[in-house]
Amino acid sequence: MRHSGRYARVGVAVGAVLAIAGCAPPSTSGAPSTAATATSAAALGGMDALVAAAKKEGQLNLVSTAPDWANYAAIMAGFQAKYGIKINDDNPEGSSQDEINAVKRLAGTDRAPDALDIGVRELADTSLFAPYQVATWKDIPDAQKEPSGLWVQDYGGYMAIGYDSSKVSAITSVQDLLKPEFKGKIALFADPTASNSALSAVMMTSLANGGSLDDISKGVEFFAKLKKAGNFVPVAATKATVANGTTPVVINWDYLAVSFATDVPAWTLLIPSGAIVAGFYNQAVNKGAPHPAAARLWMEYLYSNEGQNLFLEGGARPVRMDAMTKQGVIDAPAAAKLPPVSGPGNFINLNQATAAKAYLVANWANAIS
Amino acid sequence: MPVVPFLGYVATFLLLPTAIVVFGAFDGQGGITFDYLRALGEPYVVASFVHSFVVSAASSVIGAVFGALLAYAVTTGNRDGVLRRIITSACGVLALFGGVALAFAFIATIGGAGLVTVWLGNHGIDIYAHGVWLYELSGLTLVYAYFQIPLMVLVFLPALDGVQPQWREAAENLGGTTWDYWRLVAGPLLTPAFLGATLLLFANAFSAFATAAALISQGGIIIPLQISGALSSEVGLGRENFANALALAMIVMVAVVMTLYALLQRRTSRWLR
Repeated sequence: MRHSGRYARVGVAVGAVLAIAGCAPPSTSGAPSTAATATSAAALGGMDALVAAAKKEGQLNLVSTAPDWANYAAIMAGFQAKYGIKINDDNPEGSSQDEINAVKRLAGTDRAPDALDIGVRELADTSLFAPYQVATWKDIPDAQKEPSGLWVQDYGGYMAIGYDSSKVSAITSVQDLLKPEFKGKIALFADPTASNSALSAVMMTSLANGGSLDDISKGVEFFAKLKKAGNFVPVAATKATVANGTTPVVINWDYLAVSFATDVPAWTLLIPSGAIVAGFYNQAVNKGAPHPAAARLWMEYLYSNEGQNLFLEGGARPVRMDAMTKQGVIDAPAAAKLPPVSGPGNFINLNQATAAKAYLVANWANAIS
Repeated sequence: MPVVPFLGYVATFLLLPTAIVVFGAFDGQGGITFDYLRALGEPYVVASFVHSFVVSAASSVIGAVFGALLAYAVTTGNRDGVLRRIITSACGVLALFGGVALAFAFIATIGGAGLVTVWLGNHGIDIYAHGVWLYELSGLTLVYAYFQIPLMVLVFLPALDGVQPQWREAAENLGGTTWDYWRLVAGPLLTPAFLGATLLLFANAFSAFATAAALISQGGIIIPLQISGALSSEVGLGRENFANALALAMIVMVAVVMTLYALLQRRTSRWLR
């Protein structure tokens, strides 16, 4: 929140009153422990010391970590079982921006999120994060981490066209989507002016139609064509709309399609050649984490072999995949299940995302209405 | 002093948020700015306002007409009868049945793969021959009507109950026809209540959000969706203050509507005692 002036202070005061009235549980961390400034487990005196400190805190706050996203349900269950630390996941369906909003809004309370899972755009302001380097730090490629550990990429995937092959015929290219048989069948799951993943979906169609990472306009034109043909429906694709056949074709990250496949066994993915858009999400520790040790232990868990393999089981490609493959600790059957990719991925950088977003704000609503 | 808790409640949950919205709309980082209000003139924002107005107006008129007819049908029966109790209870539930559940109910019924759509398709009727209208303004209006009609029944019943049978008898004794009675007695008496209820329905549709969000997630077709986009956009700096400006414009519109509603209510209450 960027309020200035008196009414903001009134708001804070009222908020504080409400927080007290809302019988918030007493903060588990009395004095600020050294965990709050530890930049690695070693700095705290090793993993055992970190685990002990985290167990003493007993809780971990996450925000907008959807259970059906990249196998997070199993990851959270695994963490809770291993360390006996309770996870509170607030607003599980929220966006990365909602996570940043939560950090600012709840700053100083014991309900503030401890660790974040955010898109590339939310890395613009790193003043909210605490630097932390996990034990497996050297396995992570330099391009995929901030040198001091303010943020680290955790898992990623490729933009894919997912479809229910029991309801529609096989899709082999982006252009197939214009066929009359897809009338009223193609959906995104969010508005690309509001969601990183939907923006990447439009970017993917742009690449397939002669655009580039710097030029999303071809993708917007393509969706305008889809809309005109009646093929694109603006409904938000969910597990429910996929299961009942309303949106048998959904463009999103390949690792999110896994949650559709649980209901629709015939769910098939195509990562179109020549339009390979890759995207990674990032982990960061909240500088003002109410449970600083648990936040860091959560990071350690995510980047351990166990956590990384759980991401892989969910169809996401963990950031340590190459290193783990070399070390022979990768979950080979899960790796074999990933959809085939025919070429190198294109990563959208911050500037390209900003330019694409500006174009979408000005043109998207018109193109699809 | 028994009103103190109530005033405290209103101040905390109504006045304070409104103040934050109003100040935020002009908050230019250490100064007053009109940039956010100017941004309301952007073509896509204006289009959203027009859409919001059209959907609210259409669904409130449809809701008012059908709701009034249903309410009238109810009042002609026994005032303490089972039928009336069933209908008012059902309306009480359905008037509040909105959001994702309602949107999905429509998707599952008349969506592209909906039960009714498929059944009609098997009998050679394609309800989407001219485009998938369920996800357009017309579809949104239909879905909104689903909770507008029951709401109309609830707010219009008391006015209809206030119509005395003696008035009709008097009209007939003086040689008036049914048409005369409706044109000269019941019509003029019920008109303020009817218009007031219509305005209430308008405000109800104008501020509805979750139903539209589940049905039309693309393009911020109506203002509440634009506000949501401005607040929680992942792909741009959260434009909170622009959301405040949008909300301010909505508050102004609803304030106008509710003022008219209050004036009409005053007229109605004169003879409802």
